[in-house]
Amino acid sequence: MPKEIEKSAHSSSSVSRNRIQRAGFLLLLGIALFTVIPIFLIIGVVVIRGFQTLTPEFIFGFPYNGMKSGGIWPAIVGTIYLVLGTALFSVPIGVAAAIYLSEYAPVNRVTQIIRIAIITLAGIPSVVYGLFGLGLFVITLKFGTSIIAGALTLAIMNLPVIISTSEEALRTVPHSFRVTSISLGATKWQTIHRIVLPQAQSGILTGVILGLERAAGETAPILFTVAAFYLPQLPRSPFDQTMALPYHLYVISTQVPGMPEGIQYGTALVLLILVLGMNLFATVIRSRARARRQW
Amino acid sequence: MVKVVNKILIQNFSLNYSDGTESLHEITLQIPANAIMVFFGPAGGGKSSLLRAINRLNDLADVISISGEILLADENGNYLNIYDKKVDVIELRRRVGMVFARPIVLPLTIRGNLTYPLELKGEKNKDILMTSVERSLRQAALWDEVKDRLDTSATALSGGQQQRLCLARSLMLEPEVILLDEPTSGLDPISTSKVEATLQDLKQRYTIVLVPQSIQQAARMADYAAFFLQGELIEFAPENALFINPKDGRTKDYVEGRFG
Repeated sequence: MPKEIEKSAHSSSSVSRNRIQRAGFLLLLGIALFTVIPIFLIIGVVVIRGFQTLTPEFIFGFPYNGMKSGGIWPAIVGTIYLVLGTALFSVPIGVAAAIYLSEYAPVNRVTQIIRIAIITLAGIPSVVYGLFGLGLFVITLKFGTSIIAGALTLAIMNLPVIISTSEEALRTVPHSFRVTSISLGATKWQTIHRIVLPQAQSGILTGVILGLERAAGETAPILFTVAAFYLPQLPRSPFDQTMALPYHLYVISTQVPGMPEGIQYGTALVLLILVLGMNLFATVIRSRARARRQW
Repeated sequence: MVKVVNKILIQNFSLNYSDGTESLHEITLQIPANAIMVFFGPAGGGKSSLLRAINRLNDLADVISISGEILLADENGNYLNIYDKKVDVIELRRRVGMVFARPIVLPLTIRGNLTYPLELKGEKNKDILMTSVERSLRQAALWDEVKDRLDTSATALSGGQQQRLCLARSLMLEPEVILLDEPTSGLDPISTSKVEATLQDLKQRYTIVLVPQSIQQAARMADYAAFFLQGELIEFAPENALFINPKDGRTKDYVEGRFG
């Protein structure tokens, strides 16, 4: 029966082909899973070793005994101030720049230069931002080592993130909405203000939060511009120094001998919760907006 | 009041896009008031370009050169050159409304879509807005279908309803001219006949320029018809003349289905 022979030959080759497919699939899955391992290790280790330290006294207390006892409240407050200050400077400028680039910018030399500047800004190492902030805000503009100098430095570092995510959010709003609005007698600004911005809002907000999340976790830009090793009180003005979580973590991990491990992991856990919390918030906003979107 | 015979005069109008596509060459044409003017012909002939030239929506595209004139008459018979530098383009677009091929409802409620063009003008009076909403929805034959859900999302409407909403929206400003670019292209036959009937009613008050979706629709709707081919106006005649007895061989070939 030649037909049967042919059939079996066919199926045996398809079995071996399936096997190769399957092996390849498993290999790729394995590699993909490998990328998940570090995040579980990091979160797992920090949570297991740090969660016992998370008491109200630790969160809301001041450090004492050479920071080997007490809490981290001044560092938490300092980081919150820095994030708010960064938002104050970077959000209006970043969103305005994104609106210009997405809605107004002609295709010419100047626009090209702006775009190259933003890309370059995004690639500069954070420690260079720190030194730049030291030179410009702390020394030249005489702000001293202060929240305002730190927030401005973080804001500049943050600008490329906010600009590019906001521009992306604006560009996803269909062009037909703009043409329709213009055809109904709207000016360009009315179109942006009434149609484009409300539709891009959640995308912009997501980008803003992700940018601020990065600002909250950075050490190098605040190192020379704002961060204090130890302060016995909370900052009272924008021109005061402040402690901040990432720098505090660096200090207690490397600069203070005999530091209890619980405090180190506890501090890392608080920083993680803050940053991942912001991340989660951004994800929720984004998915809610997607569910509501009608185009 | 003077009776305006020709609402729009197009004189030696030429237009070129920067990418070299679909330009218009020396178009001269009169568009009569209170009638349906049909622009028809194969794709790429310049129908849409000319349509968009009449409310200067072409300003948004990459147009490199324009020559000639398009004149729009007001109710006293005074003509305005719409490409004059002094022309207020926003005001022009309020006088010349437009409906696109795809129904583009804005991401607002049904009421929000309708009041949008009036709110842009600064109209805040709720009674005036509501009166206009009802009037234009009735004119577009949509009132009965949506009157109970004006504050629901406009995107939930069917395609045919959305297109009539777009028509109603353009009627909110009581424009003098309505430009329609294949307004029934995505619609089923029932919705299409509703829109066509609406247009037949509307021509009492408005001047209508229609790019039809088919030759059949062109023949059904035309009070005047103009045949466009590769950026040129080949022929122009009242009513069914172009479809029954075309003078130019190219019109004849197209109408009889030899190309296109």
